[in-house]
Amino acid sequence: MRRVVRRVVRNEGMIQQPDGGSHVQPDAGTYVRIGVVLSTVTMIEVAAFYMPFLRLVLVPLLLGLAAIKFSLVAMYYMHLKFDPRLLAALFAGGLLVAGSLTIALVALFRNL
Amino acid sequence: MEDASTTHEASHHYPGINPETSTGIDHRKMLMWAFLGSDCLFFGSLVATYLVYYGRSKQGPTPHEIFNIPFTSVSTFVLLMSSLAIVLALANLQRGSRRGLAWLGVTVFLGTWFVAGQGYEFSSFVSEGLTIPGSLFGSTFYVLTGFHGAHVTIGLLWLMGLIGKGLKTGATPEFAYNVEYMSLYWHFVDVVWIVIFTVVYLIGAAP
Repeated sequence: MRRVVRRVVRNEGMIQQPDGGSHVQPDAGTYVRIGVVLSTVTMIEVAAFYMPFLRLVLVPLLLGLAAIKFSLVAMYYMHLKFDPRLLAALFAGGLLVAGSLTIALVALFRNL
Repeated sequence: MEDASTTHEASHHYPGINPETSTGIDHRKMLMWAFLGSDCLFFGSLVATYLVYYGRSKQGPTPHEIFNIPFTSVSTFVLLMSSLAIVLALANLQRGSRRGLAWLGVTVFLGTWFVAGQGYEFSSFVSEGLTIPGSLFGSTFYVLTGFHGAHVTIGLLWLMGLIGKGLKTGATPEFAYNVEYMSLYWHFVDVVWIVIFTVVYLIGAAP
């Protein structure tokens, strides 16, 4: 899956900005390709939900697929891949604390 | 679709519009990212509360009985496509193309579809006996998804205001920059839904 995603969003759609800056931004074609990947991954998630033989691995599989979708939107649609790292740090900081809080509360109150 | 290799402004700096800052990043954009980082905590606490109380309701209906996964999957697809629409709007506006305003209209249409779908879903759940005071599942589910729906609704109002402004000013660099802030908020609402759809709906109703 990661190889497919990498191939779909590879740099052929990236363009250099005209202001002389070193960062680039995806073009419309790349946005559409990512939209296709997001739709496909959602279809895989729903299909997996209905497949009884995937029951044992369903939770990690669904979490992995959701992480792929989350990353694609954050990195390409929200431009975190191309914008200054400080912005990514601001977001990742909140995300990290939120994730830790969720894991801690679930572990504490569900006796994991 | 237009060739996107035509000129458009940098994503985080518009010469002549934004004042120089010590970080090189416009303060408004920095503020938006700080807000989104803090909103992660807000949704993180709501998701954690849902998970802590998951399966502890003393009365039904349960997620397995009530969720309509095909319906919610279509809503999820609609919200994902609204993210695509707004990013295409931004790409057009950054090139000075008024076609971006049409893409913003598409985003409003898709966002409204999502909120309407959520309203329909809530009303059908209530008619099946799932209410906020009725069970722990009802309380945690409605608070989490309701706050997400409120975020989408605020985004829709913001978008409609922007479209009204854009119709007056046209696709100026200043307008494109305002749309860029807004699009960050809209994509955030989308990524939060990616988590909710997986954790609450798919994993919550998994056999």
